[in-house]
Amino acid sequence: MSATSPFRRAGLVGPALLVVLILVGVPLGIMAWVSLLGRGATIGVDWQSAPSFANYTKLIWEEDFDGTLLFNPTYLSILWRSVWQAAATTVICVALGLPVALWMSSLSRGARDIAVLLITIPFWTNLLVRNYAWLIILREDGAVSKAANAVWPFGPVQLLYNDAAILIGLVYSFLPFMILPIYAGFEKFDWRLLEAAYDLGANRRRALTRVIVPLAMPGIIAGSMLVFIPSLGSFVTAAILGGGKSMMMGNLIQLQFGQSRNWPFGAAISVVLLALMMLVLMGIAIWKNRQERKT
Amino acid sequence: MNLRRLPLTREISLAVLVYLYVPVVVLIVYSFNANRTATVWSETSLDWYRKILVNPSIRDATWNSLVLATAAGIGATLLALAAALGMKSRFRGAGLVEAVLNAPLILPEVVVAVATLMLFVGIGIDMGLTAMIPAHIAFCIPFAYLPIKARLEGMNPSLEEAAQDLYANRFVTFRRVTLPLLWPGIMAGFTLAFVTSLDDFLTSFFLSGPGSTTLPVYIFSAIRAGITPEINAISTIMLIVSVALVVTSFLLGKMRR
Repeated sequence: MSATSPFRRAGLVGPALLVVLILVGVPLGIMAWVSLLGRGATIGVDWQSAPSFANYTKLIWEEDFDGTLLFNPTYLSILWRSVWQAAATTVICVALGLPVALWMSSLSRGARDIAVLLITIPFWTNLLVRNYAWLIILREDGAVSKAANAVWPFGPVQLLYNDAAILIGLVYSFLPFMILPIYAGFEKFDWRLLEAAYDLGANRRRALTRVIVPLAMPGIIAGSMLVFIPSLGSFVTAAILGGGKSMMMGNLIQLQFGQSRNWPFGAAISVVLLALMMLVLMGIAIWKNRQERKT
Repeated sequence: MNLRRLPLTREISLAVLVYLYVPVVVLIVYSFNANRTATVWSETSLDWYRKILVNPSIRDATWNSLVLATAAGIGATLLALAAALGMKSRFRGAGLVEAVLNAPLILPEVVVAVATLMLFVGIGIDMGLTAMIPAHIAFCIPFAYLPIKARLEGMNPSLEEAAQDLYANRFVTFRRVTLPLLWPGIMAGFTLAFVTSLDDFLTSFFLSGPGSTTLPVYIFSAIRAGITPEINAISTIMLIVSVALVVTSFLLGKMRR
């Protein structure tokens, strides 16, 4: 089968492309439009309403009875929580992922494959199940809570339904996404260069900062993308471990399509989430470009 | 001294492995607990497994999940197979096409799910399997596409050329040479798509209608209602099924080229 003719190619690639465009692209377009409209009387959208940015301003200001705009921190605090939770998750994943990847690369060939399998297996179990497991561990009458309360002298400790619980769940959900790309970078590395660094009088600190970290950098960047983006858009972890008090953007979106029945506002939050994601992706792309130009 | 062993890397790694596996072990252990409250251990029992086997809502949800995952797996694999064959030779815009096909991997699922909900409500498609199947096919495409593409790229093109030199036409070449060589990649892709659909919660959560609840949607509402060993038992079964399928897919991908 030599060169594929353009018609043949269109016939082969076309169906999959159409399915993704119709079921992902078109809905996102509709969503962007709906985010400018008003809410329907009972459910959904008032398609006749004049487009405006009211749903976006609602994220920051609240209209008082007499029409004055009051600053409303409720939604901004949820946006802010999503961003810092995703950032904190990424930082913790780097802090844990780097030593693990380093340790994995120091193992023998066979042990490495087993280590990769051990890291990936929990990741392939259902996301709900993984977060539910932490619900059992951290619950009020569980052994961990009892132990924490026995040690902690200042009043009762609540391990669940707070930001820390969400953070534990997010790190647990996405850690393999950080370990594997960093490990992939180490796997191809010629470790004699590290030996050379030591021979030339580098101590461990210098070896770490001058050899290992630069070597891990592409993996850290790739891993940060793979951890930050799904954390930012996560729903399940905060829904199970945040218990409705600690919400993230995903939960706020769901709320608008569930109880609050305000689809246009939910669409506006979704657009903001997508925009934040794009910003991060663009930032990384620019940073990468600059790094490549440097070398 | 192993030069790569910086201080603490081993200790941190072992701690991370404990962190990764303790929840899984706790989950499984408590599924064998006879006590309803799931807080105190009383005695080992298989009661919860027996109960979920006879629970009609779990049985229906499992059936829905399997129907959905099979349909989504087959649909996504066929579309991805055709796309991978079409993408074999490079052309202008190939990068863009590939980015669109893989877009479901990076887009936040909650956003795509509510957007699809709006589309379906707008054009009058009822919630339920008729809404879930196309949506699942769309986000499963990259999971089926990537293993097939990888297998195709690892294939020796001279085998197909040899077949054509021996006067096999396009169809015969595809049927007797390309397809058998590609088969492990196709099966790996199908398995990944199947597992992805089976494990999906968010899209199904928004698009399922009355009577079309899937297992993850059922589990979510059960978790919201409270912790019970019943959820642990279903979770344990799901865990075993997912791991078995993924290991199968991994082995298929590694099969001799």
